[in-house]
Amino acid sequence: MSALPVGQKAPGFTLPGSPEEPLSLSDSRGKNVVLAFFPAAFSPVCGNELSLFQELKPDFEELNAVVVGISVDGPWAQKAFAKQLNLEMPVLSDFHPHGEVAQKYGVFRDDGVAERALFVIDAEGVIRYSYVSPITENPGADKVLEVLEGLQKGG
Amino acid sequence: MGEHGAHVLRVAVGADDWRRGPDDAPVTLVEYGDFQCPHCGAAYRVLEELLAQFPGRVRLVYRHFPLMSSHPRALPAAIAAEAAGAQGRFWEMHHLLFENQHALGDDELVEYANRIGLDMERFRADFEGRLNESKIREQLRQGARSGVNGTPTIFVNGERYDGPRTVEALAQAVAAAG
Repeated sequence: MSALPVGQKAPGFTLPGSPEEPLSLSDSRGKNVVLAFFPAAFSPVCGNELSLFQELKPDFEELNAVVVGISVDGPWAQKAFAKQLNLEMPVLSDFHPHGEVAQKYGVFRDDGVAERALFVIDAEGVIRYSYVSPITENPGADKVLEVLEGLQKGG
Repeated sequence: MGEHGAHVLRVAVGADDWRRGPDDAPVTLVEYGDFQCPHCGAAYRVLEELLAQFPGRVRLVYRHFPLMSSHPRALPAAIAAEAAGAQGRFWEMHHLLFENQHALGDDELVEYANRIGLDMERFRADFEGRLNESKIREQLRQGARSGVNGTPTIFVNGERYDGPRTVEALAQAVAAAG
């Protein structure tokens, strides 16, 4: 399975998680979306990745972007995870059917969890950045910010 | 890493950085740290030992990277360090903070300032006035753009160091860099 490449239309989805209301990709049309797949809630590297995105919230806002975390954990785990890390961003539960959205994006692993993957989806719903990180490595925010800055300049 | 590429320091070390060691040292280590982060506390001890091993050859720079949503005391501690820095005592405060990571309440920060002999009236005013908060936040933003993905992150002569944070491994990296 390989991650959907740049230029493809981003598959739509609606998922529950944190906060209470289910979220659809189409809710964010008109904004850039950073879709951050991660293998499991509560692994320390994940926490760092989403915590980092949380700290950079004003930067993402300036770039007309929202960050959305997503993993195969259940909605209750996502709520607890988001609460523990004080995450204000949506953390979605790709739990049922298991990993369906990860599969659509080509980032579902044989061991049953999502890859650690980042997608930037532009305001028209087109994938503009696609990256699968080594599973134990926090990919950071630099490339994503660079791509968003390029989009803002009309890249 | 392929398409993701190497991570290099975007903002060069300058006059407004907290620096230790000679400015013409062959090796500069830039640490992005968070005073409430336990891994930074461990790295503090390693870096102290490294500096002792390479006198005159290593310059250490400390930049702030407070992960505030998970470490609510990281920002106040960073402000306390800046306020100590305004009186020429950044590194003494830096040491005390890393040696007392579980006690970073406002009263404790004031106590540390007192312990290192700061002008307390001035410290209180700077601390309450959130001295250099915008500089601290800017270091986090710029750090993230340089590929800082968590704390601590160390750059060796401008390149992100992804190896183990042990004295031995870092000593090798220092020896290789200069």
